[in-house]
Amino acid sequence: MATYYSEEHEWLTVEGDTATLGITKHAAEQLGDVVFVEQQEAGDEFEKGGEIGVIESVKAASELYAPVDGEITEVNEALADNPGALNEDPEGEAWIYKIKIADAAQLEDLMDLDGYKALIG
Amino acid sequence: MTELKRTPLHSLHVELGGKLVDFAGWEMPVQYPLGIMGEHKQCREKAALFDVSHMGQVILRGENLGEKLEALCPQAYATLKPGKARYGFFTNADGGIMDDLIVSNAGDYYFVVVNAALRHQDIPHMRDNLDGVEVIEIFDRALVAVQGPAAENVVGDLCPAARDLKFMETTEAPINGVDCRISRLGYTGEDGYEISIPEDKAIEVSKAFLAHEDCEAAGLGARDSLRLEAGLCLYGNDIDQSTSPIEASLGWAIQKRRKEEGGFPGADRVQKELAEGPAKKLVGIKPDGRAPARQGVEIQCAEGNTIGQITSGVFGPTVGGPVAMGYVSKGHGEPGETVNLIIRGKPQPAQIVALPFVKQNYKR
Repeated sequence: MATYYSEEHEWLTVEGDTATLGITKHAAEQLGDVVFVEQQEAGDEFEKGGEIGVIESVKAASELYAPVDGEITEVNEALADNPGALNEDPEGEAWIYKIKIADAAQLEDLMDLDGYKALIG
Repeated sequence: MTELKRTPLHSLHVELGGKLVDFAGWEMPVQYPLGIMGEHKQCREKAALFDVSHMGQVILRGENLGEKLEALCPQAYATLKPGKARYGFFTNADGGIMDDLIVSNAGDYYFVVVNAALRHQDIPHMRDNLDGVEVIEIFDRALVAVQGPAAENVVGDLCPAARDLKFMETTEAPINGVDCRISRLGYTGEDGYEISIPEDKAIEVSKAFLAHEDCEAAGLGARDSLRLEAGLCLYGNDIDQSTSPIEASLGWAIQKRRKEEGGFPGADRVQKELAEGPAKKLVGIKPDGRAPARQGVEIQCAEGNTIGQITSGVFGPTVGGPVAMGYVSKGHGEPGETVNLIIRGKPQPAQIVALPFVKQNYKR
């Protein structure tokens, strides 16, 4: 099991060809109070860089972009009723999707924790 | 890149951990560590302090200032009594709103506050059109708003004269030994004050307010969600050069004599729209779901035709759901009407509602 980070401030914890995806603590802090999360459905396929959801704070909407190609296998339904969980525990309880990774080679384009820490300074 | 301008409170924002952003060319705090939601609730429940020093403060000196202002504004400023403040706007020849403002009769002068982004327009506009009036733009004073049900105690503890003011009244009084202009008004729907403070004392006085247990700093993010819940327009979003006061549902801000007599720029259009109804009007919109409807979202009627657009939309922390305002065309806009908002391509049901979303809590 390894965790990767994207430049779009997502984390991806990979086990075999599946992964859990969410936004980083840094991203949650930047967004401020999250009030609404628009998620896609299990079974939806996506390409790297494609929009796979929207996270809204009081003031603004931010798109969630896919860090790799894949398919959504499970949606964290709890976020619909409690979007604020994304501020409280974005790298734990408040994961957004479980996905199936189509091309594991794309993981090489992502960062490890040290690389991500360097990115956000 | 042009350097952002800083207010006299800049170092206090940094000290308090404010998240600073570019707002109309000014480096302003959008929020502090408490967050927009917490700061919003702080203002509704206790008191919040906002730096609004980016707004333009102007002093007018001369004879018959009220009469002269009536040539630029549809408000009855000739009858504005000393110690009173009144909301108004400059209109253009087409009846559009050039800017909205607060005019106070300070006795031997008038005190005017205009939007930050329009200082460069409003000051020359007044200089060119107010004959025999000295128009003095103030650069050496901060403007701080203390808003919320506890504002009277926060300000009154340091300045007893503030307690005696009613909504839309203004006075000059010392705070911590510094002469300040204190006006009982604001942009949150709550009771509160806007206080003009000499810049070298602005941090000291602000810290004295913040030392009160019921007062916390709040940023422009909370200011926006508070004003929208209170049904107050934001220039550039809800009103602009093309929208008339009647379209913007601001008819209440034009006094009866001025509606009848006219005599201000664009009076023909305003009077025509008063008689026949405007082609579109600004209404409150409450989405049924949790998805906020932002500026630019299309509004469709139940039959699926486009009837207008959202001009402001946020998540309302006090309402506990999204709130918005927008224009709908003639024949629409009665409270209770069901509409659809096209958010990211999908229709989301919403209701037209009467404004404000949260009852205004002024001390009259």
